Amino acid sequence: MEQKTTEKIIKKYNCDRHEVLEMLLDIQEKEKYLPRETLDYVSERLDMQPAKLYHLATFYEALSLKPAGRCQVNVCTGTACHVRGAVKILDELEYQLGIKPGEVTSDYNFGLKTVNCVGACALGPLVLVNGEYQGDMTAHKVEKIIKENTDHEDEERKQA
Amino acid sequence: MRQMITLTINGKKYKAEEGQNLLQVALDNGIEIPHLCYHEKLTPYGGCRLCLVEVSNRKKTTMTTSCTYPAAQGIKVETDTPQVRKARQRVMEMILALAPDSPGIQRQAHDLGIVKPGFTVESDGCIRCGLCVRACGELVGLNTITFACKGAKRKVEPPYDEEAKSCIGCGTCVVICPTGCLKMKDLGEERRIDKWKRVMEMKKCTECSLPYIPQPQVEFIMDKALEKPPEDWFQKCPDCR
Amino acid sequence: MNRLTSVSELNRLHKDTAAKRGPEKPTITICQGTGCKAYASQEVYKSLEKEIASRGLTEKIGLRGTGCHGFCEQGPMVVIFPEEICYCRVKPEDISEIIEKTVLEKKVIDRLLFKDPVNGERISRESDIPFYKYQNRLIFGKNRLIDPQDIQDYIAIDGYKVMANILAESTPEEVLEQVKKANLRGRGGAGFPAGIKWETTRNAPGNEKCVIVNADEGDPGAYMDRSLLEGNPHLILEGLIIGAYAIGAEEGIIFLRQEYPLALENINLAIKQAQEYGLLGKDILGTGFNFDVRIKRSAGAFVTGESSALVTAIEGNAGEPRPKHLNTAISGVWGRPSNINNVETWANVPVIMDKGVDWYKSIGSKNNPGTKVFSLVGKVNNTGLIEVPLGTPLKTIIYDIGGGIKDGKKFKAVQTGGPSGGCIPEQYLDMPVDFDQLNQIGSMMGSGGMIVMDETSCMVDVARYFMKFLKEESCGKCTSCREGIHMMFNILEAITEGKGHDEDLKLLEDLAWTTENTSLCALGKTASNPVLSTLKYFREEYEAHIKDKRCPAGICRELITYAIDQDKCNGCGRCQKLCSHEAIEGKKKSPLSINTDICTRCGVCLEVCRFSALVVQ
Repeated sequence: MEQKTTEKIIKKYNCDRHEVLEMLLDIQEKEKYLPRETLDYVSERLDMQPAKLYHLATFYEALSLKPAGRCQVNVCTGTACHVRGAVKILDELEYQLGIKPGEVTSDYNFGLKTVNCVGACALGPLVLVNGEYQGDMTAHKVEKIIKENTDHEDEERKQA
Repeated sequence: MRQMITLTINGKKYKAEEGQNLLQVALDNGIEIPHLCYHEKLTPYGGCRLCLVEVSNRKKTTMTTSCTYPAAQGIKVETDTPQVRKARQRVMEMILALAPDSPGIQRQAHDLGIVKPGFTVESDGCIRCGLCVRACGELVGLNTITFACKGAKRKVEPPYDEEAKSCIGCGTCVVICPTGCLKMKDLGEERRIDKWKRVMEMKKCTECSLPYIPQPQVEFIMDKALEKPPEDWFQKCPDCR
Repeated sequence: MNRLTSVSELNRLHKDTAAKRGPEKPTITICQGTGCKAYASQEVYKSLEKEIASRGLTEKIGLRGTGCHGFCEQGPMVVIFPEEICYCRVKPEDISEIIEKTVLEKKVIDRLLFKDPVNGERISRESDIPFYKYQNRLIFGKNRLIDPQDIQDYIAIDGYKVMANILAESTPEEVLEQVKKANLRGRGGAGFPAGIKWETTRNAPGNEKCVIVNADEGDPGAYMDRSLLEGNPHLILEGLIIGAYAIGAEEGIIFLRQEYPLALENINLAIKQAQEYGLLGKDILGTGFNFDVRIKRSAGAFVTGESSALVTAIEGNAGEPRPKHLNTAISGVWGRPSNINNVETWANVPVIMDKGVDWYKSIGSKNNPGTKVFSLVGKVNNTGLIEVPLGTPLKTIIYDIGGGIKDGKKFKAVQTGGPSGGCIPEQYLDMPVDFDQLNQIGSMMGSGGMIVMDETSCMVDVARYFMKFLKEESCGKCTSCREGIHMMFNILEAITEGKGHDEDLKLLEDLAWTTENTSLCALGKTASNPVLSTLKYFREEYEAHIKDKRCPAGICRELITYAIDQDKCNGCGRCQKLCSHEAIEGKKKSPLSINTDICTRCGVCLEVCRFSALVVQ
């Protein structure tokens, strides 16, 4: 993230260290994770210890220190979705992508995460693909989702 | 100067400063309450849950940690009821499971009648009492290590679990740790604290040539001390000075 | 828009906006809540807009995107006024027919009407649909009437009128007395009387007081607060202003989950509009009362829904709860007296102050007045958000409103109160649902999530699920909660894998005692509820897992096998083609079989078989 963008975010909250969570959420929204250099800059500007920011980044689920996948797949594991079979969908995704929740495929094409209830229980079991709600999910539909979101140019380049 | 109040502990009346934590009041008056995460020089944490007591005010009786409960006029405290003893034992079983090989923890567990942990868990020997983190922050003023993550994954580490670059090797964390899982070693010209992945070069005495203080510690003192020592103070070790 | 500087100016605006709406003007409303949006309701809205414009009818036909109607199972929902014709599962392709037939020709399109699953009857009016008939939508009902992104819509239905009258004519003490008398109980969890909390905050020493909306709705399966904030944000603001007046606070904070983007958007917009109209800020409507609100986002931690953890999170720290003797009403955010209430609690305030205490108390049950919004989800036919008077029997909720169990299966239990609550089994179906009754049987109201389970839900798995959730969401500060929950989870997981021991049940009960009595905060203290309540009512299931290594519900992977019924299988090969583990053997056109050594019980074959030939053993 460009320093001037970070500076803009810090100024948006009046350089107030009590608003640091808001700043981190803004950075997360823009970059889809918290780049280390950006965090270092924030800690310097707000005169806060890097350890404190590290604690916040690891405590809160909405904040991530690792880059997201190009296609981020989040499986809702809320109770309603669980009761409607979310586990099977998660297992199938893990198997097909070869990664566990919290990880990204080695080519950064796909990221997998479990998320707590997003409040769309009527659509359960639910998977969010890059923020888009895909409801009434089944283990069977998983392969289709992966195919649709695979970067075909990238695949061809790899195979060539 | 805070107001003095009277409270009752185990049926006897005692005077205490209003707002002082009950654990300190008890210890000052020779009443033993087992504790782990408490240190009189640090802000009370209330994390280990060993110092539980029963406190009654006008409205109700609750079992709570004495290190975080403020002394107030007229409250009644019981430090040794069957409920409290049961609670302490149960908590100690969990703590012992986290640090089964620690002599310090074994001793405290034994005092409570616990000989072996109730469970087997995978543990790194750390009981997450937070004394190292709080001491580094409040006493040394460095905040070089921190709690990370939450829930069952909660642990203490330097940022990114990489070398704690701002650590000055003062050893406060090592001394204050109740389990002994923190080790600081001086090997030749280096001081290491493995848990923080920290390796520091030691400054050598110009007179006897022995390495005696980590270089980062010298820099820290010269930078932060309110009354700075003379520039060449650290050229010689304390013995040669 | 000119800032309103007096109550009479607001009154005039009420009249003007109500007249502009025109009660008789044909208006098409379509739910734009997150649930319906996931079913493409935005596309339906756009199609409607386009079609109306292309027919040159933009002046004659009103179009309004509204807040959540609650019947999420049937979305996108379109309701056409003034007749209140309700169409379900509307698609963009249905639009021209709707405009042509229903709006212009006043005819009803049968296939789009709600079909009663029991008698097959088609129902045309929204309020006649059984899902709605048994509800009493005091709080939620207004969602369907307004565009949440337009403050004028809220004002047109008398929005902010109650607040204005209070600021002009009542004293803070009078308002406080009313709320106390009404016995409004907190809708976020434990049902603590809001009036008493308000009074404690009001009387606490210190001039800078604060009112806080706890919108960090974390119970999985509960989304009432999200829909309220999305669908009618001004209702919450109005309640908050009234509360701030009674308490003597000039500052308000809404602590909202960042995972709710539409709610964030709508409440941000609502605050901006209210500020523009002079309904928030300095000298509101010329009454001399100053009050303003800002949003703080929660960053994804269930524990920050707990009051003291909420405070530490607002202050920019990790959400670690504080000892209970520090009452947040006396010492909260930055040490200031802070009154924290749930979204739904605040939403009740204007309704109570409008219709009066006696009216409010006539709804509900003894000591439990008013209504409660529940999210009725899981294995029930009519999934959605419902609002019923407290004391409504559970049976009514699940069968009359919920339409009974999905796929004709049998009711087993309903889980209430989220991870702090418990399971209610069949024998309590007649039970009136209110705070006190739920507490008595070992569950709790919580925020209002109701997860319905049938015979295919394994109660040991349910307990394991909640312990997994809590083990990850516990802040980890205190030994009891952090280790206690972890240990309970380990035991439960072992049991679901067929590795349980006879002593496990006693061990679970011991751990439950420890976490309940020695934890720092409510998360730890109530963590054992799901375990204890499933043990109490479904002990035989636990014993089957431990003694017989059997999962009666057919859920626990290590204890079941899949097989193909040789009589039902015709060898179509569909399952074989789709099995990514290549565990299905045999040639096409003759019955296939499963290699149980390879099969991972992923469930794909079960889903795709058209002949019900897959069997769980």
